[in-house]
Amino acid sequence: MSALDPGVVAGVGLAGGLGAALRYVVDTVVRRVAPGYPLGTLVINTTGAFLLGLVTGLVADGHLGPHVATVLGTGLLGGYTTFSTASVEALVLLEERRPWAALVHAGGMLALGLAAAAAGWWLAA
Amino acid sequence: MRLRVALPLVFLGGAAGTLARHLLGTALPPVGGVPWTIGAVNVGGAFLLGLLLGGLRGGPLTHRPRLRLLVGTGVLGGFTTYSALAVDSVRLARDDVALGAAYAGGSVLLGLLAAGLGVVLTHRHRGRS
Repeated sequence: MSALDPGVVAGVGLAGGLGAALRYVVDTVVRRVAPGYPLGTLVINTTGAFLLGLVTGLVADGHLGPHVATVLGTGLLGGYTTFSTASVEALVLLEERRPWAALVHAGGMLALGLAAAAAGWWLAA
Repeated sequence: MRLRVALPLVFLGGAAGTLARHLLGTALPPVGGVPWTIGAVNVGGAFLLGLLLGGLRGGPLTHRPRLRLLVGTGVLGGFTTYSALAVDSVRLARDDVALGAAYAGGSVLLGLLAAGLGVVLTHRHRGRS
């Protein structure tokens, strides 16, 4: 069975759809709590990076099979997190002449994402 | 928009975008440990979302909330990924801190530039028409 096995491909697609739907729900909820700043994407990408760090650590020591990891990592968490929305949101903050908010959205999100990924990986290892 | 309309659109788009990323990433695996394909998918997806955003703002796609959900939130949201960017950067940094930092920072900077280019192109197009 490879990454192109029909079962893996179907699982990745299904999980990706579920992840994207979950992202929409989380973003809709956070938007009501914190209007004026795109906090939802920051929350989504940080939690997704943490969870993918966990999955990566669990695969490394054999607690999780590679195909389950592909469906969860590439599919569910890949569909849940988003790079394109984060980029466009930072750009819109720049257009609105809110350079500090844009810096937090681009640089702060990256720092949080890296820290979350490393923490998840470390916890699972 | 009602969830019962929005969720199926986002689900379908997200499944298609995620599948496209998986197939591209499998066909063009990392070279020397560096996941160039996923990096390019992210920057390319940011460019396409910039184009869509530009088109939705006063362009021919204005007031198309369902299209925005299907293509923007769904397809391009699922096509691009932040979790892999974060974990791959950490993985690269374990062997070479500079390489990990360059992959992470370069992705974010190029993503911003690509999104900006996408928006600017739609403005130019509108200026001519």
